[in-house]
Amino acid sequence: MRFERRDHPSRLLTVLAPIGAILAALVVAGLLIAIAGANPIRAYGLILKGAFGSRLGLSETLTRATPLILTGLAAAVAFRARLWNIGGEGQLYLGALAAPALGMIPIMASLPAPITILLCLAVGAIAGMILLLIPLGLRLRFGVDEVVTTLLLNFVAVLFVSLMIEGAMKDPLAFGWPQSVPVPDSAILPKLMERTRLHAGLLIALAMSVAVWWLQARTVFGMRARAAGLNPRAAAFAGVPLGRTLIAVACLSGGLAGLAGAIEVMGVKGYVTTDLSPSYGYSGIVIAMLANLNPIGVIGAALFSAVMFVGADSMSRALSIPSYIADVTVALSLLTMLVAIFLAQYRIRR
Amino acid sequence: MTPVLELSGITKRFGHVTANEDVSLHLDKGEIVSLLGENGAGKTTLMSILFGHYTADEGTVRVEGQELPPGRSRAAIRAGVGMVHQHFALAPNLTVLENVMTGTEPLWKLRSDRAAGRRKLVDLSARFGLKVEPDARVSDLSVGECQRVEILKALYNDARILILDEPTAVLTAQEAESLFATLRQMTGEGLSLIFISHKLHEVMSASDRVVVLRRGKVVAERRTSDTTREELAELMVGRKVERPARPPATPGAVLLEGVDLHVSGKGGASLQGISFKLRAGETLGIIGVSGNGQTTLAGLVSGLMAPDSGALLVKGQTVATHDVPHAIAAGIGRIPEDRNAEGTIGDMATWENAVLERIWSPDFSRRGVVRRAAARSATEDIIKGYDVRGATVDGRIRLLSGGNMQKLILGRVLEAGPDILVAAQPSRGLDEGAIAGVHERLLEARGRGAGVLLISEDLDEVIALSDNIRAIVNGRLSPAIPAERANAQLLGLMMAGDWSAAEAIEAENTHAI
Repeated sequence: MRFERRDHPSRLLTVLAPIGAILAALVVAGLLIAIAGANPIRAYGLILKGAFGSRLGLSETLTRATPLILTGLAAAVAFRARLWNIGGEGQLYLGALAAPALGMIPIMASLPAPITILLCLAVGAIAGMILLLIPLGLRLRFGVDEVVTTLLLNFVAVLFVSLMIEGAMKDPLAFGWPQSVPVPDSAILPKLMERTRLHAGLLIALAMSVAVWWLQARTVFGMRARAAGLNPRAAAFAGVPLGRTLIAVACLSGGLAGLAGAIEVMGVKGYVTTDLSPSYGYSGIVIAMLANLNPIGVIGAALFSAVMFVGADSMSRALSIPSYIADVTVALSLLTMLVAIFLAQYRIRR
Repeated sequence: MTPVLELSGITKRFGHVTANEDVSLHLDKGEIVSLLGENGAGKTTLMSILFGHYTADEGTVRVEGQELPPGRSRAAIRAGVGMVHQHFALAPNLTVLENVMTGTEPLWKLRSDRAAGRRKLVDLSARFGLKVEPDARVSDLSVGECQRVEILKALYNDARILILDEPTAVLTAQEAESLFATLRQMTGEGLSLIFISHKLHEVMSASDRVVVLRRGKVVAERRTSDTTREELAELMVGRKVERPARPPATPGAVLLEGVDLHVSGKGGASLQGISFKLRAGETLGIIGVSGNGQTTLAGLVSGLMAPDSGALLVKGQTVATHDVPHAIAAGIGRIPEDRNAEGTIGDMATWENAVLERIWSPDFSRRGVVRRAAARSATEDIIKGYDVRGATVDGRIRLLSGGNMQKLILGRVLEAGPDILVAAQPSRGLDEGAIAGVHERLLEARGRGAGVLLISEDLDEVIALSDNIRAIVNGRLSPAIPAERANAQLLGLMMAGDWSAAEAIEAENTHAI
């Protein structure tokens, strides 16, 4: 048996690959559910019901999808240019910390809400950028592998957040709990649905998906970033400034991950703790792969992931199956997607 | 006498494409047979069947009368068939000895018998005159040395039939000559060889017998002594191919001038103070053994690197900013040395490849947004105007053959109407028909007044296209001689660094003017 590269990977296959991958992941996870002693069909039914069956469930799913869309985009734009940003989690945390940090400046309280919101979002994005520019600088200057540096910086970033919320940024009114001072009231994102957690961050995330798609598909920057990723030598020959292009990509990628953190703080929690993100940054990598690095596809992949996590919570309450099954399913879908991408590009010959 | 190798009635189809149709071929002991054919004629498919990489739909392979089981490389190796691939299959982080011994010992054997391996390798190396250093790391070897290791690897497996797939594609002329000498020595020791090539002069000088493949079929078989290059060219292409002739030059103003250029050359060879002039309507050919600074010279003029000292003048103006957009804007058209690694991005669309190097120009983008319609219609024009076969505007360029890829590159460069054209190895790896097309385009550009800087290792090409010829040796340029005075011996001396004859000719010429 051997694999041959397809000359024309059909559009149909490209679209079917993620769907097939998700189905395959669900089948395998179904086996695990069965081993845990429940009926998989019923379990999936309960997951769907939990995720969509009520106003609360739906709003929770969309709330959960918001940061996932942004971290998914962060990974997708970086991977397109072969910049292996595994540091979304750390960039998200720094972005989250930046918003209340900015709020500590006295003048912020007196600014009108839209301006405060824009400023907080901006510093969040900038914080994320900075955290990615450090490893990129090391790669461009010394050839240090960014997979390692971005990954390790996640731990550095989370420990830094921990240092700040136990120290300089500790909330004096939190009865000693390690949490940061809250963001100013004027920086809280407006709600999209009454009495739910769903906030305007979702609209920002959706707008970012479209914006990133447009950047990649229609602009000189997008074309150069793709060229630099696919064949750096030929890109350099064609006059693509490799260093500058990668720096721009890193700003975009780190900025999106930082934005995810700022939005999460400003929309959901109001303050930073070290359990702000249930691995949104890492999930973003899975989501980007599931979406085949397509910015619009990221929305769908983020929704799938959000449905699994929100639905699995209510399913586990009903069937007493551990909700970890959601992690397992999403992780499995990454593996099946990698296989599916391969099969969409290659054919099997005997 | 039974032939050592016999292929009979081999047919292989891939979907609708018939790669080989009823191909029969035999090889006698101690013989060198050339398999000649254009790119895509089915040579490599046929050898892959022989070696068990593919299974044939019909037909059999016999080695010394014994039929080989289809699709089993191991059986082919055991029967004494060795293959030297065009693209080397060596592990760069291992030594020569380790590379040669890999796969010859059982995986579960605890100790590798390196002493015996070394003895055998040294013995083979001496017997066939293939000089290698067993403990050198493969990553430190030159291309020619890597090929020696590949051959030794096959010999180490006790190959008695050796298949060489386009062995000279990556070699310099000198290395190729020494390879041919080695091949002769090997047949003297009783080995039999199949030599795959599309280069006529190599086939003529290296083989005893030639089998010509065209579109998957054997169209002719000749003894080398009974045929001519012209006949083989016609058999291979299926029609008469004539390379275009060079009309007399009408040189104009100096377009490109180098003044005592020193370039350290990142990774490549350095330039040690070179000066030259290129006039409008003139072709300056630069010959030389690879690695003497050609790549650096092409890179410098192409805007990929800046000189450490000295000046590059374009139309009398010193180039201040050495980058690609400035070079292109100054009217320099660039044909890169390596189509696949440098000239194109395989997984991008044809239109993207066609406009990427000029995407900054207002023709193709406005305020950072790509003008897709304009870019696509420009690509459409190139595909039509330059006869880029098999290309669609949105198709990935990786699918094109080398010749058509080169047509697209020529198209995107010439459509911009460059005043100066840097052509580095423009016909490397192309077949006869495609070479003629490339030459025609280069002569056309010269005809309309462009200055062409032709950097090539193919002496025939340089003599045919250039008005003046210089050799590049260790980063220095020899005196220029007019192409009319060039012959193999003189050019050989020039490339070897003996410039006394060339100096005499140059002096005589300047005197005449």
